Amino acid sequence: MKDSGAPYVTADGRQIGKVLMDMRGITLRFGGVEAIKDISFDIREGEIRAMIGPNGAGKSSMLNVISGFYHPQEGEVWFRGEKRPPMKPFQVARLGIARTFQNIALFDGMSVLDNIMTGRLTHMKTGLLAQMVWKGPAEREEVENRAVVERIIDFLEIQAIRKTPVGRLPYGLKKRVELARALAAEPKLLLLDEPMAGMNVEEKEDMSRFILDVNDEFGTTIALIEHDMGVVMDLSDRVVVMDYGRKIGDGTPHEVRNNQEVIDAYLGVAHD
Amino acid sequence: MSAEFLYGVEVIINGLMAGVLYALVALGFVLIFKASGIFNYAQGVMALFAALTLVGIMEGQVPFSHIINATFGTDVHNFGWTVPALLAIALTLVVMIIFAWMVHTFVFKHLVGQEPIILFMATIGLAYFLEGIGDLMWGSDIKTLDIGIPQGGSMWVENLSKHLGGEDFYGFFIDKLDIVATIVAIVLVAGLIVFAQYTKQGRAMRAVADDHQAALSVGISLNFIWVLVWSLAGMVALVAGVMWGAKSGVQFSLSLIALKALPVLMLGGFTSIPGAIVGGLIIGVGEKLFEYMIGPMVGGATENWFAYVLALLFLVFRPQGLFGERIIERV
Amino acid sequence: MLYREAGDFKTTYAEDSQTFPIKFDRWRYWAVLAIAWLVIPFFVNDYWANAILVPFLIYSIAAIGLNILTGYCGQVSLGTGGFMAVGAYAVYKLMTAFPDVSILIHVVLAGLITAVVGAAFGLPSLRIKGFYLAVATLAAQFFLVWLFNKVPWFYNYSASGQISAPERFVGGIAVTGAETAPWAQYLICLAFVTICAVMARNLTRGSLGRQWMAIRDMDIAAEIIGVDPLRAKLTAFAASSFFIGIAGALFFAVYLGAVEVGEAFGIQKSFLVLFMCIIGGLGSIFGSFAGAAFLVLLPVALKVLGVDILGWPSSTVAHLQLVAVGGLIMFFLIKEPHGLAQLWRVTKEKLRLWPFPY
Repeated sequence: MKDSGAPYVTADGRQIGKVLMDMRGITLRFGGVEAIKDISFDIREGEIRAMIGPNGAGKSSMLNVISGFYHPQEGEVWFRGEKRPPMKPFQVARLGIARTFQNIALFDGMSVLDNIMTGRLTHMKTGLLAQMVWKGPAEREEVENRAVVERIIDFLEIQAIRKTPVGRLPYGLKKRVELARALAAEPKLLLLDEPMAGMNVEEKEDMSRFILDVNDEFGTTIALIEHDMGVVMDLSDRVVVMDYGRKIGDGTPHEVRNNQEVIDAYLGVAHD
Repeated sequence: MSAEFLYGVEVIINGLMAGVLYALVALGFVLIFKASGIFNYAQGVMALFAALTLVGIMEGQVPFSHIINATFGTDVHNFGWTVPALLAIALTLVVMIIFAWMVHTFVFKHLVGQEPIILFMATIGLAYFLEGIGDLMWGSDIKTLDIGIPQGGSMWVENLSKHLGGEDFYGFFIDKLDIVATIVAIVLVAGLIVFAQYTKQGRAMRAVADDHQAALSVGISLNFIWVLVWSLAGMVALVAGVMWGAKSGVQFSLSLIALKALPVLMLGGFTSIPGAIVGGLIIGVGEKLFEYMIGPMVGGATENWFAYVLALLFLVFRPQGLFGERIIERV
Repeated sequence: MLYREAGDFKTTYAEDSQTFPIKFDRWRYWAVLAIAWLVIPFFVNDYWANAILVPFLIYSIAAIGLNILTGYCGQVSLGTGGFMAVGAYAVYKLMTAFPDVSILIHVVLAGLITAVVGAAFGLPSLRIKGFYLAVATLAAQFFLVWLFNKVPWFYNYSASGQISAPERFVGGIAVTGAETAPWAQYLICLAFVTICAVMARNLTRGSLGRQWMAIRDMDIAAEIIGVDPLRAKLTAFAASSFFIGIAGALFFAVYLGAVEVGEAFGIQKSFLVLFMCIIGGLGSIFGSFAGAAFLVLLPVALKVLGVDILGWPSSTVAHLQLVAVGGLIMFFLIKEPHGLAQLWRVTKEKLRLWPFPY
């Protein structure tokens, strides 16, 4: 394991940068239940970082801590070398952290285009009055951001459904639109909560390709939760393994695969 | 004890009595909300409708007489008989059960699975509809409702409490009607609890309240349960309508007074029967005390808004209500 | 065959995001505006202005306002009557305190004052959601009406407790007071409606409108993708109340002339405007107009049918109206939750493909 904060190059030639996000000793409780127990790990610039573990291991809770939706009772969150004070989710989004959701959270009353445009909100600054007048700053801003969104629509190959209400889309496309919305924010860190859940093999292949392309072309750092081990092992640079709210493994896919505790957690072991 | 203090106590007691009536209406809301997730704005109008129907039946009024007369040029108003109170109450109950069945079959059966706020707006529509129907059936003039409940101040309480104060205190003034209402309310709540706890239908009702799908899967008929709760709510509305109607006449403002059950529910939480009762008492006492102490300084009639503002402020600090559980949001 | 997109190519994003992307729609829009501005003023008489046109225009503004809050931002409000009262009393105080300033400015200021009041009552919306909020807005309704009733300063200590609009002129023509010509009443309302509708349309198509809709559709997800819920909700409350305040000001100053607050701006008014939004279509500017037209015309039609033709007493017809409105609300929520606007949209979609079924 490489613990030093310095950038390095992996065996297959991928550039891994400095530490982008550093979770230090995070503990999260709901009432008496400890969802996360004293977990530390980091996410480096440019890498694809996976979180795996059985159901109820605390993966989604960890993602919620990163995106500011849950506030841990103990521990510190460091982002880009600075300690992050307790923040509201929308403030976290403005720092450049975007995400998708386990159960698709698109805005059903809006078209695909409008949904993706909401991803640009953190970049749109015109106020109430300018919006009322429209001609001038508001329209200019709208057109500029529309251009960015159109690039992402091209990238994810969803040109044909631009104006379709999202409610009418099939599941796989909804997942893709959700990814588009997160990408539209041009995030520094992209969190994906089970991006391939419920997909068939073909759709999974498509989604994997998109994730790799995003990482490659935009240089976006990605942290993802996924249950499909094959996908995780293929995609990710490093893996955190969680079980019952604890971290039981951390390292490259190869290291994790041979970790005895991880094997126990997944295959089950007789407890005395 | 000073007279002023004792009059304050009297205000509190009267507030409690008013609170019982609010709680009665609120109870109807809770029943329907628990079982079907429908926030029934029309509960107040149901009370009005029940009271109107009761008066109409007792006095032998011909329903829709205005339209009949206008259309056919006839001049019928009364059947020419009067119906004894108990029989009339039973008949009104039948009307409310038919109403419950119609509401479920024609409206809410088609709205199952809609968002709560859509259901809420549908009940506002229902309130309008029912109010119009009530007026068309029985006319919109103010009616007095007399089913033989004693009224006026209770001399017994007054005499009993006289000696508490000095020369200038004449004892507590408490309306006999309020005492009857309180007793009826207690009996009604006890009855409902027994029904919910110890009967087959009651158990089914609680199962539905817990989880529609699960209840369906063990063979409970959702349609039947929903008609049942609407009927129960109709019955509670009838009781509330009778009490309010006897107190201040059967008229449209009845449904506005019943609106106060809404802040009561916000205080008590939508799903809690004890919450409805405690909330009702708090609102009842609160608005009477506020009117008694602050009212004269600001021109009175603070009862119009006090309940709502209190509920609003309360909710800002405790969004889940008095008895609700802390909400954990998930994504 | 006229009604289609084919051949109408868009070469810029601005063109693609315009209000009426289809050429025929643009023509019709300008035609409606031309008729409203250039034809109707010459034919409007007292009955048409007072019974139909002026209330229709004013309710349209109110419905647009409520639609922004409820239809676009998803916050149900039952305080519309109270906020209209704020607009009415604000314009009254301004008119009597500064008689030399133009009434047009007063109406806009009244809208701004209402916006501030609305935003203040919108503050709890951050913590209270769904029908809890709907009930909380009742606090605004009842408190505001009580306030205007009980504090004599608001009605300038008049003995009756009413407020009545003094005569005011725009360009030498009376627009308020007893001497106002029907066409003048109509035109001043039309002017405000036109501007308000365009502003509302602009607000709802840009980034702010998308923030509102995001909050409406899924508030938690909206916050996580970067919508500040407080700011989004407060701007919705403020913008909504701005339009509702203008509607209230016009309702008092131009339409009624004299107002008793409990009667003109009671809870019934809140429901009426909410019904306009539901019947017309939540989340649609066009729907606000359709709903307002429908609920202004319905009583007139029922009256003509019931009183004039069937000879029923007018109180019976009034009750029948309650039944009709309540029944329609339930019908629309069951059959077409998106209201008349959706029916219109479906018709247009069919028209686009006509004469082919697919």
